[in-house]
Formats: sequence, structure tokens, C-alpha cells
Amino acid sequence: MASLKELSTRKDPLTGGHRMCPGCGAPIVVRQILMASKDPVVVVSATGCLEVSTTIFPYSAWTVPFLHNAFENAGATMSGVEAAYQNLKKKGKMTEHVNFVAFGGDGGTYDIGLQSLSGAMERGHDMLYVCYNNEAYMNTGVQRSGATPMGANTTTEPAGKVLQGKREWRKDLTEIMVAHSIPYVAQGIIGNWSDLTRKAEKAFSIRGPKFINVLQPCRLGWGYKPDSTLELARRAYETCVWPVYEVENGVYKISKPKEKKPVVEYLKGQDRFRHLFKPGNEKLIADIQAEVDRRWNLLLAKEATK
Amino acid sequence: MSKIVAKTGNEAMAEAMRQINPDVVAAYPITPATEIVMIFAKYVADGLVDTNFVAVESEHSAMSACVGASAAGVRVMTGTSSQGLCLMYEILPIAAALRLPIVMCDVNRAISGPINIHCDHSDTMAARDFGWLQIFSENSQEAYDSLIQAIRIAEDPRVHLPTMVTTDGFIISHCLDKIEILDDKDVTAFIGQDRKANNRLLDLKNPTSVGLLDLQDYYFEHRVPVAQAMKDSKKVILEVADEFAKKFGRKYGLIEEYKLADAEVAIVALGSTCGTAKVVIDELRAKGVKAGMLKIRVFRPFPAEEIVKALSNVKALAVLDRSDTWSAQGGQVFTEIRSAFYEAAKKPKITNFIYGLGGREIDLPQLHTVFESLKNIDKQPVVQYLGVRE
Repeated sequence: MASLKELSTRKDPLTGGHRMCPGCGAPIVVRQILMASKDPVVVVSATGCLEVSTTIFPYSAWTVPFLHNAFENAGATMSGVEAAYQNLKKKGKMTEHVNFVAFGGDGGTYDIGLQSLSGAMERGHDMLYVCYNNEAYMNTGVQRSGATPMGANTTTEPAGKVLQGKREWRKDLTEIMVAHSIPYVAQGIIGNWSDLTRKAEKAFSIRGPKFINVLQPCRLGWGYKPDSTLELARRAYETCVWPVYEVENGVYKISKPKEKKPVVEYLKGQDRFRHLFKPGNEKLIADIQAEVDRRWNLLLAKEATK
Repeated sequence: MSKIVAKTGNEAMAEAMRQINPDVVAAYPITPATEIVMIFAKYVADGLVDTNFVAVESEHSAMSACVGASAAGVRVMTGTSSQGLCLMYEILPIAAALRLPIVMCDVNRAISGPINIHCDHSDTMAARDFGWLQIFSENSQEAYDSLIQAIRIAEDPRVHLPTMVTTDGFIISHCLDKIEILDDKDVTAFIGQDRKANNRLLDLKNPTSVGLLDLQDYYFEHRVPVAQAMKDSKKVILEVADEFAKKFGRKYGLIEEYKLADAEVAIVALGSTCGTAKVVIDELRAKGVKAGMLKIRVFRPFPAEEIVKALSNVKALAVLDRSDTWSAQGGQVFTEIRSAFYEAAKKPKITNFIYGLGGREIDLPQLHTVFESLKNIDKQPVVQYLGVRE
């Protein structure tokens, strides 16, 4: 990987003074991914927190070419940009290599934008799609998405007197992307910049469709102090709630925590899970632990079968 | 050298696309427009065009990819119909607001439900308020000619708006017609080798942000220029038409007047029905009835002044709509024409016939019925459905 000294000389894709919340992980995702590119980048963003907070006209925090079209179509929009680039390159009107990076939140990626993403990946466009996954529709006020974990309190599946937050397990988008047989799929966290930047660097070295799913704690939707964003991301990794791994041409490589911590270590710091600690909800926590274990073991088995 | 050939509307549009040789085409199959992109895909496969063809997984993605490619600065085309156009609706106004000169082949087809694959104008009319120019065609020749002109119109700096050229599903799209195909070199010379980009996302040295969040303080100022460009586009459409007529001999306007100069009774129609109406008008004229027709070629921008001027001496007018607004106030063409006449000193009595929904045939006797009704227009309801079983 490029040295930290070298990375520090690269152009910052976002200016300071954008309007993301204090402690927001989304701009960290953008910086950790884009600083891995030694070549020019062109960015497409789905509608969402990142887009609305960085592009309030007449200001834009983006120092690189940036396009926002709509919510569910970052994959398709980037397909068009990339097709235009390939055409210009074919005709000799552009010569430099460009890394095309689409950013979408989990709502714009797991849910409403899944088809657009799937199509773009299947067609083999040379692009990296990054999901900055904060596990709910944060921009519209913390509504549940297909990425929201079981038991989490959201405004459309709230914890109440009868129900205890989201009743369903989250969808495994990363594995859906693996099933597309694209050259590179990865899952990462913002709490380990060198790992995520290395993954992005690897993605940029590969031609064709790439996908990285980054867990991005949201201090507003998850309910924690703004200074613990990175720490919380690391706890997701240490508890195996959010495995950090990559799949390169079908081969799994998992970053295993030194010691697999119990899920309560991750759940307890967050308001969205607070109701799980009420008497009577012990089984829910046990269920979450069992599901995390099941998925973790499944992943280990995938790595073992080479 | 130009040549006379037999082509369906879809073949004619695909042929125009081959000659236009767009940089990017993103499209998805839908009856009856599928054939256009199928034929075009073969051109790509055979190396007859330089286009990067993106065979997307939906029309929503087709229009999204068109926006991406057009924002990147290249010449972009697509084609669709009906439900496909409906699926694009969310992105159509974004293409207009970003001032992207995307050109679309739109084959008019009824919208669901119930599901139907045949012609009416409900798909295109529902897209009338999205900031796209809309050009209707009476036959394959017009579709071919208008598609070539559309590139020039859309890319003109005074316009910079996306444009759809429509044919009538199956009636034009699938029927063989004798048309003149221009020489490839003449088409290239007419439209210019490349788009002069107004918006270059791929200008790496001058990074731009496109599609920003526009709130109460700027949104209005960014929408109104679309209205101005739409207004200004009339002049551009006519300039391009004049140049086309000088070079290739066929003359087009915003509207076409057929035996209107002394007409006392007249109809207004769009698309393939105009061909049928011309026969009826000739028959009536032979019997001494002063009948005429105003064909609307360009529905967006709406040629209100031209229509009022052309029809001011008519006594009784029937507006034919091949779609309904479901407002109980008549079809889209009727409501706009009636509104256009509001300030006019001289105006005809106007009635509305909604006809041909879902591909229901419009024939000579039905059009004779329309003209017959104009004899006592005062007794006609404001809106009636023509050719529907009671």
C-alpha cells in the first residue's frame, strides 16, 4: 500500500465545512476510500445524507467531479458516466485512467437501489460501488432498511410496549454481491483506516465492477457520543457483528479479531439497542448472539473451502 | 446519395440512429419500441456505429444511465414506450433540469391498466410537463427526419433540453412505408460530428459538481430557465427545420395546416390519425364542405400562438385527443387549445373527441362523424368518447 506520507499528499476529495453531523462516519468513508486512488476519480452519489450535506447550492464540498442524479440509481448513473468515458477513450479523446466511484447509503443500496446496483455489476462496468452503511434511512429520520439489524429501534419499526424494534434479520448484501461473481467484493469498517484504504487500493487496481460495504456508525440514528464513531465501528468488528473481509475472484480472506467479544459489548453503547437490556428481553440478545455466531461460522467455512 | 426505401417506423428510427451514431445508447426492451434498439444493437455488433451500448436492466436505469452519460458530455440516445416511459418519469425532469440534450425515440402506446400494447398517446402526454421537447410524427418519414433534427435542436445552446420524437405504436412503428433515407455524410454534416458539450463531468481539470441540493433560495431560479429555454426552442425548431428543408427538401413547422385557409369546420390531431383525416377532408372538400385540419407536430413547446392564428377563422373545431386527462374536462390537447383561445378576439366553437384508446381503430366513417357533429356544435357535449361501445 502507498505510504501514509504519500497518502497525505493526495488531494482531499472533500473540503472542510461540509454539513455532515459532528461525529458522522460518512465523510470518513469517502476520504478513506478515495485517498487510495492515485488516479483522478469521478464520483456519483445516491440521494442521502452524504449528498444533501455536501452539496447545498451554491456550495459544494467536492473537489473532484461529482454527479448526483436520484436516490435509487447511483449504479445505473455511473454506468452511463463510465460508458461515456469508455467511448471517449476508444476515440482517443481521453487518455488518463479514471477511477469511477459511486457512493450510496444502505437505503439507496440495499433497498431502493439494489436493482440498479445489480445491473451495473452484472454488466461489468469499471467502477467501484461503496455502500456507506449506517443501517437505516438516516437522512429522512432513522427509518428501518434492509440493512437494519434485528432488534434495532427505528422510527418505522420502533421499540414499543409490544414490539421490540426490528423483527427481521438484516439482508446480507455483501454476499449478494459475491453471488454476482464480480472480481472484488469487500466488507470493512471506518475504525481501521489502513485496512479500508488498502481494500480500496486493491479495488482500484482491478478493472471491472467492485463493491465495498462499509459499516458507518451514525451517531444520530444509533445514539452515542460523537467522539466514539470509530471505536463503535471497531467493536462491530471485534464482536463479529460486522465481519471485515474481502472476496477476490471468489476467494475469501477474513480479518479475524484476536478475541471474539460477546455482542453485548457492541450493543450496550447504543441507544437504538437500549430496550434490549430491559428485563424480559434476554432472549433477544441471546438470539442476536446466536445469529452473529451462525453467520460468522458460515463465513469461516466459506474461507476454508477454497 | 439519398435513397428511397421501404421501412417501418422502427426501422426508420433505427436507421436515423445509425446515421446519428450517438456515443452512448442505454435502453431496455419494451413493445413496440424494442425493435429500434434491437436493430441498433445489431449495428453495434457489426461495427457500423461507434456507440457504447448499455443494455440496462430497466427503463429507470436506461434514463439514469442516459443522464450519467449526457452529463459526461457525450451524445446520448434511448428509446422506449408506455410502461417503460412511465418507469422513466422520475428521471425525465432531472434530465431537463440538468439541461442534458438526450434524444429519445418514443413509440406511443397505451399505459396500463389494463395492460395493452397498442397505440394511444397516454404515455407521452403524461410526460408533457417534465421539460422535454415533444415532436409527434404522422409517418415514418417524419419520424426519421425529426429524429435527425432533434439532435440539432436539443444540443442548441439556446435549448439544451432533452427531446423525444414519437411515432404511433404499430400504426407507424410496424407498418412499412416508403421513405427517403439521406446520405450518411449529409446527416453527419447536418448534425455535426460531435456534441458541443454544455456540461462536462469528465473535465478532470475543472471539477464540477452536478445535481446539487437546491432549496428555497435557488430552486425557483433554476427551474424558470427551463421554461425560457422551452419558449426559445420554438425559434430553434423552425431554424433547424428551414435548414433541413433547404438541404433535403422536406419542410416542417411547429404545426401543419391542411386546407385550413378557408376552412369553416376543422379538426386538430396529432400523429398517424392526421393521414387518415386528410383523406376524409379531401372527400368532404369534393362535396363542397369547407373542411380542414391542423396537425400539431410539436406539442412541447406548445405552439399556442400559431394554433390560435391558424384557427381563428374556423367556425367549429373538434380537437381529437388520443388520451384523456381523466379530469372530466377533456384530453390534454383540448384543454391546452381551449386555454390558448381564451384571450383571442376571434375563436371557433370547440368540442373534444377522445378516441382510439388502447389502439382502438380510427377509421374514415368515424372522422366523418366528427365533421358531421360540427354542423351543430352547440348541441355537442364538451367532451365525448369516439368509437367506444356503450
